[in-house]
Amino acid sequence: MAPTHTTTASPAAAPDTAVPPLAEVSGWGHYPVLLGRQFRSEDLARVTARARLSRGLGRAYGDAALPAAPDDLVATTTLADRLLAFDPSSGRLRAEAGLSVRALNRWSMPRGWFTPVTPGTQFVTLGGMVAADVHGKNHHRNGCFGNHVTALTLRVADGRIIECSDEHEPELFRATLGGMGLTGHILEVEFQLERIPSPWIWGESERCDSLDVLLARLKEAGERWPFTVCWVDCLNAPPRLGRGTLMCGRWAEPGEAPATPPAPKAALAVPFFLPDWFLHPWQVKLFNRLNYWKHGARVRRGIEHPESFFYPLDVVLDWNRLYGRRGFTQYQAVLPADEDPSVPRRFLELLHRHGASVFLCVMKDCGAQGKGMLSFPRPGVSFALDLPVRGAATQALVDVLDEFVIAAGGRVYLAKDAFTRAENFRRMESRLATFAQVRRRWDPDGHLRSAQSVRVFGDKP
Amino acid sequence: MGRALARLMAERGDTLFLLGRDAAQLARSATDLELRGAAGSVGTATCDLLGPESFAPALAAAAAALVGFDTVVVTAGAFATQDALEADREQRRQLLTANFTNTIEFCELARQRLLDQGGGTLCVFGSVAGERGRKPVILYGAAKAGLSHYLEGLDHKFRARGLRTVLVKPGFVKTGMTADLPPPPFAGEPEAVARAVLRAIDKGTPEVFVPGIWRWIMLVIRLLPRAVMRRIEF
Repeated sequence: MAPTHTTTASPAAAPDTAVPPLAEVSGWGHYPVLLGRQFRSEDLARVTARARLSRGLGRAYGDAALPAAPDDLVATTTLADRLLAFDPSSGRLRAEAGLSVRALNRWSMPRGWFTPVTPGTQFVTLGGMVAADVHGKNHHRNGCFGNHVTALTLRVADGRIIECSDEHEPELFRATLGGMGLTGHILEVEFQLERIPSPWIWGESERCDSLDVLLARLKEAGERWPFTVCWVDCLNAPPRLGRGTLMCGRWAEPGEAPATPPAPKAALAVPFFLPDWFLHPWQVKLFNRLNYWKHGARVRRGIEHPESFFYPLDVVLDWNRLYGRRGFTQYQAVLPADEDPSVPRRFLELLHRHGASVFLCVMKDCGAQGKGMLSFPRPGVSFALDLPVRGAATQALVDVLDEFVIAAGGRVYLAKDAFTRAENFRRMESRLATFAQVRRRWDPDGHLRSAQSVRVFGDKP
Repeated sequence: MGRALARLMAERGDTLFLLGRDAAQLARSATDLELRGAAGSVGTATCDLLGPESFAPALAAAAAALVGFDTVVVTAGAFATQDALEADREQRRQLLTANFTNTIEFCELARQRLLDQGGGTLCVFGSVAGERGRKPVILYGAAKAGLSHYLEGLDHKFRARGLRTVLVKPGFVKTGMTADLPPPPFAGEPEAVARAVLRAIDKGTPEVFVPGIWRWIMLVIRLLPRAVMRRIEF
């Protein structure tokens, strides 16, 4: 007989007037570092009552999940992680916004389901996935996460709790997908899971010795594979600039997959911030060379662990500390390339001319624009570049890159951004006025805001 | 920690019943545990450490729903900083009542039920704060120290009759209760801590420090002379 238990839980709560202490808070890039008051509780409806911003696992790189002012309360959602409803016939799941993708996967994979879209780390919450309308290696096939969200429960600025979907308050719903948490606190997320034939990945990867080959192979692969991504070496002079590795994958069929389920991967941790000189340009160059050569010339095929395939960087916890205390930023932009196929090459050449020391560069192809009002992807090629923060030089580099992106008709990803200027973002984003209108309707007093919304959207500081 | 522990139990198919203060929150937690694999439906009843009259009906409801239970886990408790407790008489009275007097009253009722049905496990969350009188946790620690003695006494008296007591002594664990405090070195994650607690429940270990390193930290602290304890802020 299974043991039976009775549990008494719920510790006495702190009174609602309590003010959390001031503490340093930053995004994943550790730039900027600001002071803030974070309020964490299992009860999201309670902690969001006074908060002006919600924050999940803090994986946005820049200032998207940072308070605009030290006294703006921030509701940290990570303790609110309950599964609320699941229909095993349709795969529709409703859960609290603090549920992480890691916890979700560990629950859903043994049951034969997987999130229809996953970003490149499992340390993100459902709320964060909605706020950034994340995309993954399957964007060309499945679009953004928001395309699979069926309903949201929000606490809007006036304190009401509102259920929204395509049918009910559709405008608020679409503005919240990719709305960086500025339309309301996301309390619950209902979305559609996808059936998987096995919990393993069948992967294939190949090395390409130039950007043109890599781009052509990426486009072809997108027609056959649900998951595609490229790692690009952008430290070599042309013509080797932009060579790299193309990685493709699909869920393995039961016949191909190992009989045992994949064991959770153990992770190493970077225990402290390394000195700022640690990722020196020559080391970065060496890492990229080794990464290129170690693949070998032939095509590699085989079964891959889903965590290594989707979340290769998660095996090192706190890897952001490799960049030292000065931090780093990720510049991610999508560039339309159909009319002018030279755009990606010219983008990397620009980067090379400015001597940017890019440790890691990831390239993806993006499919159709999602239904999120401010959702990042649009048809084209997306580049994500990790850049160490070096003060004014970094701002100058981002300004140059932004000019290129504007001229090319592309846009940057707010979940990563820490440097783009308000006027430049406006020039990239024709949808901004519509989004601002929806925000004004639901939040006329500008209650909900973040350090990023002050910097990029011109909210009152 | 209660949530993490209940999830581990659910994942291996145990039958569960939840007690807590807020009926709506309990219902949501019950659904979560059902979706994670708990056997049958997870029942709930309201129970508040500040309302001892709620204890007997809550335990009766649990016993009725589970058709008798073999384990009772008590994770509830209040926390406040020493400064806050020194400053506020009402808060001090409430914390001492909830964490000591009423927790013991609840345990007494649970113990009687367990013994009446031939034995079982009573798992209670104490704290490393109860190991020694320390400046930052004088009042909170005093209540936990009392609880610790109580559970040890139960173990001595009733173990032969089938009552197994498990006293959990958490060091710093990153939970809602400690959300406002900066995590010190060796802070534990609820999930890892819950695994250690479940092992202790299964084996009937009378005392378990979580994370394990706190056993050695507290051993050192207990050995420090008074003259040193007066000078340090730990």
